[in-house]
Amino acid sequence: MVNLRISALAAVLLVGALAGNAHAAGSKADLEPSGIDPGNINSLQRGARNFMNYCSGCHSAQYVRWKTIGEDLELSDEQLINNLMFNAEKTFETINIAMRAEDAERWFGVLPPDVSLIARSRGSDYIYNFLKGYYIDPSKTTGVNNRVLEGTAMPHVLGGLQGYQRAIYETREEGGETVKELTGFEIAVPGSMDAEAYDEFVRDTTNFLAYIAEPIRSERRQLGVWVLIYLLFFLILARMLKKQIWKDVK
Amino acid sequence: MARIEAEVGTPQGGLMKWIDDRFPFTSTMKYHVTEYYASKNFNIWYVFGVLSFVVLIIQLLTGIFLTMNYKPSAAEAFASVEYIMRDVEWGWLIRYMHSTGASFFFVVVYLHMFRAMLYGSYKKPRELIWIIGMLIFLVLMAEAFAGYLLPWGQMSYWGAQVIISLFGAIPVIGDGLVEIIRGDYNISDITLNRFFALHVILLPLALIGLVFVHIVALHEVGSNNPDGIDIKEKKDENGVPLDGVAFHPYHTSKDLVAIIIFLMIFFSVVFFAPEMGGYFLEYANFDPANVRATPEHIAPVWYFTPFYAVLRAVPDKLWGFILFGLSVILPLFLPWLDRSRVRSIRYRGWMYKMALTLFVITFVALGWLGVQPAEGIYVLLARIFTVLYFAFFLLMPYYTSIDKTKPVPERVVYNG
Repeated sequence: MVNLRISALAAVLLVGALAGNAHAAGSKADLEPSGIDPGNINSLQRGARNFMNYCSGCHSAQYVRWKTIGEDLELSDEQLINNLMFNAEKTFETINIAMRAEDAERWFGVLPPDVSLIARSRGSDYIYNFLKGYYIDPSKTTGVNNRVLEGTAMPHVLGGLQGYQRAIYETREEGGETVKELTGFEIAVPGSMDAEAYDEFVRDTTNFLAYIAEPIRSERRQLGVWVLIYLLFFLILARMLKKQIWKDVK
Repeated sequence: MARIEAEVGTPQGGLMKWIDDRFPFTSTMKYHVTEYYASKNFNIWYVFGVLSFVVLIIQLLTGIFLTMNYKPSAAEAFASVEYIMRDVEWGWLIRYMHSTGASFFFVVVYLHMFRAMLYGSYKKPRELIWIIGMLIFLVLMAEAFAGYLLPWGQMSYWGAQVIISLFGAIPVIGDGLVEIIRGDYNISDITLNRFFALHVILLPLALIGLVFVHIVALHEVGSNNPDGIDIKEKKDENGVPLDGVAFHPYHTSKDLVAIIIFLMIFFSVVFFAPEMGGYFLEYANFDPANVRATPEHIAPVWYFTPFYAVLRAVPDKLWGFILFGLSVILPLFLPWLDRSRVRSIRYRGWMYKMALTLFVITFVALGWLGVQPAEGIYVLLARIFTVLYFAFFLLMPYYTSIDKTKPVPERVVYNG
């Protein structure tokens, strides 16, 4: 029976190997964990405010309805309409931008991507590090570059808050060639926030983007627990039934 | 042994007799359910057939509800999937069950096929069951491939691009064939529409038909068992195999336990990890299909990666395609490649045991290599494991005929 067990183990490994992480779509840069808390409603509300003030001018979230945000983030229709809905009238509308596609392409070279699912395609760590990764680069038309997405067309929209960073490079010899490696940042032009406040700001915004990528996430997890409890109960009954039926099989 | 089945089922007149005079209901139920005897010593490996059937039902039911809300058009497909995920009542659950079901279909089918290799279930007289099963597997691959295009995400698009272009390697007819599959010079709205038709009509019909035939063939010759012996040779005075118990209520009550355990694992993924770390739902597929932006790393979904690794291991395009096709088809010939006198691994010698263990390692390794970039050491490893994969099948007639076997017992081994 040892062989059978080895085979069984191998089969389990086949399934287990799949549970690993294959987030290969990200960048090569090391990403700092975003540390978001999806259960923190206040963080999500602040994130919604940040998003509407700084992002939604250019980035749509065309699959996300205001109504859903209101229900999940405990905001009334009045609060939504008065504080967040700058370019929408009805709460059943989705988050769209007023900018026309042709204009966007003329101004930025590309249409700023819809961010409904950006946290699912790139991961929340990516967004967190992207928003913290801008540094001064005079060779770019926007004057800045980004550690996470080199050559991004997006200007440093949050420069007024974070300030502008200068990249610190380390040069070392590797196989006769000089390699220049970006090792860190220092603030060149201070913004209105200190580093800690800016991290919080970015974390809240990332949290909100992760939420809109899958609004049902916390509900499905809660429901999942009940489904498993039900199945466990059902399993006990089924097991008793099986024993009863099989008791005279010798 | 209790004869519960004797008390029910015989027409007592009334409605049942009326039906039985017009349709063979009672006799069919007896033949396939209440008087279908299968060995009492089935172990865990014997649940994956029933579980494949459970997943088939899950896929059919959730598929119907998805079809009610999905739009098979390049302009609307991606948005309609998000509409299902966000705005349709319980749409997210239906969709996650369907996407998770696709992966679990392959998990249970691979384990079901492995069971046949453990206990020699494909050997005489069950060759035809195995061949029908392999056809089911091929249709299932086509079904999964067609379905994966439908969400119209980046991986849907580029994965299909890579796989369909493989057919272009076939000499003379290759380019024309690719055009017929796509229905266009590129993967487009037209491709999406025909893949939708295949995914919701032709292939599911073929699947259901083949599954029906698979079961009819199985019930004709009877199920194998972990000892690989014929239970029909030892019968009691009523003609019931001494080691057999009726499918219902014995095996059904046992299968019910297995089904619930399966559902607990299945729903753990659905509710807590529907992306399964990017293997069940690839992250790049949350970006809509974009003809102008090729993802830097295109990997098919995990269940195709063992064969994909074989394809990439070969430097030549045509030979890569041939070996890829062979790697999928070869198991079909197992009934004739295996020359052993015994069925079950329990009574086989060390050679087959070692070969099968190596094969499992090879299959898992190829699957893993199929998601890695094709560079450096990975290419070398893929080549080594490709050779091992083919060696398992092509050397089988040799090592199974010289392998020393143990004597097979008269009755099945059953420890209560």
